[in-house]
Amino acid sequence: MRRTSRFNVVSVALGLAFLYLPIAILVIYSFNASRLVTVWGGWSLTWYRALLHDNAILQAASISLRVAALSASAATVLGTCAAVALVRFGRFRGRLLFSGMVYAPLVMPEVITGLSLLLLFVALNVDRGFWTIVIAHTTLTLCFVTVIVQARLIGFDRSLEEAAMDLGCPPLKTFLTVTLPLIAPAIAAGWMLAFSLSLDDLVIASFTTGPGATTLPIRIYSQVRLGVKPEINAVCTIMIAVVALGTIAASLTMKRGAARRERAALGAQV
Amino acid sequence: MNAAIKSERSWGRRAVVLMPYLWLAIFFLVPFAIVLKISLSQTAIAQPPYVPVFDLAAGWQGLQDFFARLTLDGYRLIVSDPIYLFSYFKSLQVAGVSTAILLLIGYPIAYGIARSPRGLQPLLVMLVVLPFWTSFLIRVYAWINILQRDGLLNDVLMRLHIIHEPAVWLASDTAIYIGLVYSYLPFMVLPLYATLEKMDETLLEAAADLGCPRWKAFWQVTVPLSLPGAAAGTLLCFIPIVGEFVIPDLLGGSRTLMIGQTLWTEFFFNRDWPVASAVAVALLALLVLPILLYERLQQRQLQGLR
Repeated sequence: MRRTSRFNVVSVALGLAFLYLPIAILVIYSFNASRLVTVWGGWSLTWYRALLHDNAILQAASISLRVAALSASAATVLGTCAAVALVRFGRFRGRLLFSGMVYAPLVMPEVITGLSLLLLFVALNVDRGFWTIVIAHTTLTLCFVTVIVQARLIGFDRSLEEAAMDLGCPPLKTFLTVTLPLIAPAIAAGWMLAFSLSLDDLVIASFTTGPGATTLPIRIYSQVRLGVKPEINAVCTIMIAVVALGTIAASLTMKRGAARRERAALGAQV
Repeated sequence: MNAAIKSERSWGRRAVVLMPYLWLAIFFLVPFAIVLKISLSQTAIAQPPYVPVFDLAAGWQGLQDFFARLTLDGYRLIVSDPIYLFSYFKSLQVAGVSTAILLLIGYPIAYGIARSPRGLQPLLVMLVVLPFWTSFLIRVYAWINILQRDGLLNDVLMRLHIIHEPAVWLASDTAIYIGLVYSYLPFMVLPLYATLEKMDETLLEAAADLGCPRWKAFWQVTVPLSLPGAAAGTLLCFIPIVGEFVIPDLLGGSRTLMIGQTLWTEFFFNRDWPVASAVAVALLALLVLPILLYERLQQRQLQGLR
């Protein structure tokens, strides 16, 4: 007896409007021919064309994408290992410290993480730049991967792994042929989350960057501080489009994967 | 199980634990030790801008010198100068108020989603999460478009004749609260939805059968059962908001600094690393309790899944 009351519908609708209206406005105004926000000068692609000639922005975007790809990949490997250790290994020495270190960065204010990593790099006398941002982002995002993969590992049926081991399959092979395919969607989701978090980060990147490694958020931030610019609206719209397409593609592939697995499971039962 | 498998197992296990363990120890734990150490150092006009520098080559004497020259000056400064205390209280106040607003706005949304038709729920959840995937900076920036002096909000309000002169929205606490609530809403809605969705609805039916009015059933059944979600959402919002930098910096005024901005200014503009580190340590001390609470909640939730 599920009744959808008017109050519920209104609160959800208002909530979604609040979430989407500012983004919609941003997207619409990126196509505004006029430079002023309040004046609608007709649809135009002026600001997108201007972007093509803005080398600073293009270079920052390429640095950001490379940092995000590298750090997300490293974070996915490390984060998956951490999740397997936390879920499958029971008690091991230093577990409490380990789980503490895994969860703390999730809520740690970015200014603290950024400052402490910078001081580490200074103490080690490392030249700051591209690679220090990659390391910093790996540290930040691996915890998110761990949480996602962990939830999946806890949720699935262990008897499959046990069956493989009972039949003499070595642990590594069991992991690669049984466990990994089962948790693959979570690993993919973790990678995507890590990628988008890295692409998004301003504070930690500002602390750990060096000469020649200006990421897109650092670039946007320095422009935004000077006021609203239509070019920035255009950059933001492109980023939103990429994220939206990525999310839709990911959810479609995951759904198809889930459907296939269900069919396979049904087939096995018959 | 034969010996080969066993040894492969123990080596493999060790590698799986050690890789992330070492990474986090080196890039998460050690840096905090360094922050603590530098917060006890003196400021110097040098590169790096602090003394003493730990000198391994000097051996025991060097170690003694090192400890002898540590000072509490950084901490003394942040206790005695009202700017720092003020920005601490400001951060706590802003985080407290915005978390309360988030709870008030987030609860009806989460409740509405949890009570919507089953088939619709994944879509609604995805719609709430989707903005979180777009850049934080973009979402804050979107509000500058709206709130600036010749922005859309003033335009709409003036056309509706609610105001006659453009009002100042940016560079105010109102703008900070709008930005914070907007950016952190998914963090509040998702944990709330997770607990509300799991709730056994027969409990409400039972209450109704026994003659309990709906609002009373809501207060006595639904709200207590959703407390874990509310606690998780509250901590998930409160902790990062205390240290928030981007939102108050872009939307807030320059007169009232939150602690994240103070740290940023100390570090990048005043180049006073010891004081910046002392501010970081003090901020962390403030957040240790909520962070531990959050970790316990997280553990308990995972055990519940098991």
